Amino acid sequence: MRPAFSVVFLTTLIGVGQGLFFALFATEVSASIGLLPAQSAAFFGRGSMIAVGFLVAGLIASFFHLGHPERAWRAATKWRTSWLAREVIALPVATGAIMVYGMTHYLRWAIVLPGSHSPLPDGLSLIVGAGAVAATLALFLCTGMIYACIRFLQEWATWLTVVNYMLFGTASGLVLASAYSAYESPQLEAFLVTWATVITTAALVTRSVSLIRNARIRHKSSLQTAIGVRHGRIVQTAQGFMGGSFNTREFFHGASPMLLRSLKWVFLLLVFPVPMLLLWEGLLSRSPALALAAFVVQYAGLVVERWFFFAQANHPQNLYYQAIS
Amino acid sequence: MTQLALVIDLNVCVGCHACVTSCKEWNTSGAAGFMSDDRPYGPDPTGTFFNRVQTFEVGEFPRTETVHFPKSCLHCEDPPCVPVCPTGASYKRPEDGIVLVDYNKCIGCKYCSWACPYGAREIDEHQKVMKKCTLCVDRIYDQTLPETERKPACVLACPTGARLFGDVHNPDSQVSVAIRESGGYALMPEWGTKPANHYLPRRKTRMKIHDDELVRAANPLKKEAKLPKPALTDPSLDDVTSW
Repeated sequence: MRPAFSVVFLTTLIGVGQGLFFALFATEVSASIGLLPAQSAAFFGRGSMIAVGFLVAGLIASFFHLGHPERAWRAATKWRTSWLAREVIALPVATGAIMVYGMTHYLRWAIVLPGSHSPLPDGLSLIVGAGAVAATLALFLCTGMIYACIRFLQEWATWLTVVNYMLFGTASGLVLASAYSAYESPQLEAFLVTWATVITTAALVTRSVSLIRNARIRHKSSLQTAIGVRHGRIVQTAQGFMGGSFNTREFFHGASPMLLRSLKWVFLLLVFPVPMLLLWEGLLSRSPALALAAFVVQYAGLVVERWFFFAQANHPQNLYYQAIS
Repeated sequence: MTQLALVIDLNVCVGCHACVTSCKEWNTSGAAGFMSDDRPYGPDPTGTFFNRVQTFEVGEFPRTETVHFPKSCLHCEDPPCVPVCPTGASYKRPEDGIVLVDYNKCIGCKYCSWACPYGAREIDEHQKVMKKCTLCVDRIYDQTLPETERKPACVLACPTGARLFGDVHNPDSQVSVAIRESGGYALMPEWGTKPANHYLPRRKTRMKIHDDELVRAANPLKKEAKLPKPALTDPSLDDVTSW
């Protein structure tokens, strides 16, 4: 498949936003049970707004994918059958829920029980946050299933696709949260860096499994099934036209096999070891700039990873477009 | 239930591209139009087509066979492109099974083209909507045309009659009989899309001559002469005649 940069940025940007919110909510829950020092309302409020910013940036990127962005509202109608329509609904819902979560902190909304004058401490934001967690998980599921549900794109059609989207998004959000806490609230940084390392390592494991799976994949379609002739040697001599078409542009990435192979190692390096080293170095040397650099490096790596994810998928229609004439 | 479809006889197709050009001509001036072409005389021409004729070589020289292979939307009975559409622009008509795109609803997200294993959908680069074979839906029901012309343009154009059109759910239709009696098959059956369009395979008519047909079995004496005439008194097969 040809990687569409609008979709590459959509999926990576919303992943950061979702992961950052997870990090904030995990911090709040841990603080509420006494594992961490309590944080100011401004910490959660500003952090949520950064998460919302990433989600909105992803939403804007997605519009560049559409031929008719003015009709985008129609894309929510077929949610019964289409994971894409479900994502179109889940994205604004999750964004809105995270925004409400941030505002609950920022504006100090609270539950006041009838007959009582004192608001419950932390009550409302935890409830709103739990709802936002559900919406965010649903968004991760929809995003991953858009790719995993196409059964003949065999590189994508696995539960690992959904897990990878969740873990990559959460990991990048945790790295950003580490950088954010390094600036705003350094006593949290060790907690977030630890979790960023755990989730990044988990993502390394699941992505490695999917890379191994895809390297060993046996494609079900062949030229034999594509044209229905049973012979060991079939060669296309003409695809029916001398120039290009949508079929030759959309489904071929056009990069050399060498570049594809090297980009795999580039993202494995940029997403996993390099940001972890920067993150721990930033934590130990108390340098917020290094933690921010860790996020920037990992995000760049995730863009490469997403590009590779698309380029590696082998569409069976390519069997019909192998020779110009 | 009706399921209109094409049956394409690979034994008859000569790869002349008449179906490609007539399809383009009819549809670019019809309801689906226009089907844009860019740089038709430039170094890198491109355009939107509903139908392509491809050529494959089967086998190794000197035992090769050239297969001309017309490819258009197969109007699957379980089309994977339809449920993935987020807007409902891509739909399958219940009354005749034609898979169509509502160009006024399509947002041009290309997700349906990803979900078609056959590459049957092409986006129009100018109108920014997905387009595909309509089985000439604006022609086959046109009461102003003579009944013999209420067929897709490609079927009418085919000089060798390699393309048949009809209802594959009616067991007595021409297409159903052709599929049943001439070994019609579907493309990429491994994905369970149940394509309505079928292809008829290359067929060869061969005469089988057995070895004993090359020698005269009724010549036990191995002598090329008149058969011996038994005497009248000799016993015979039926005990009646001796000749």
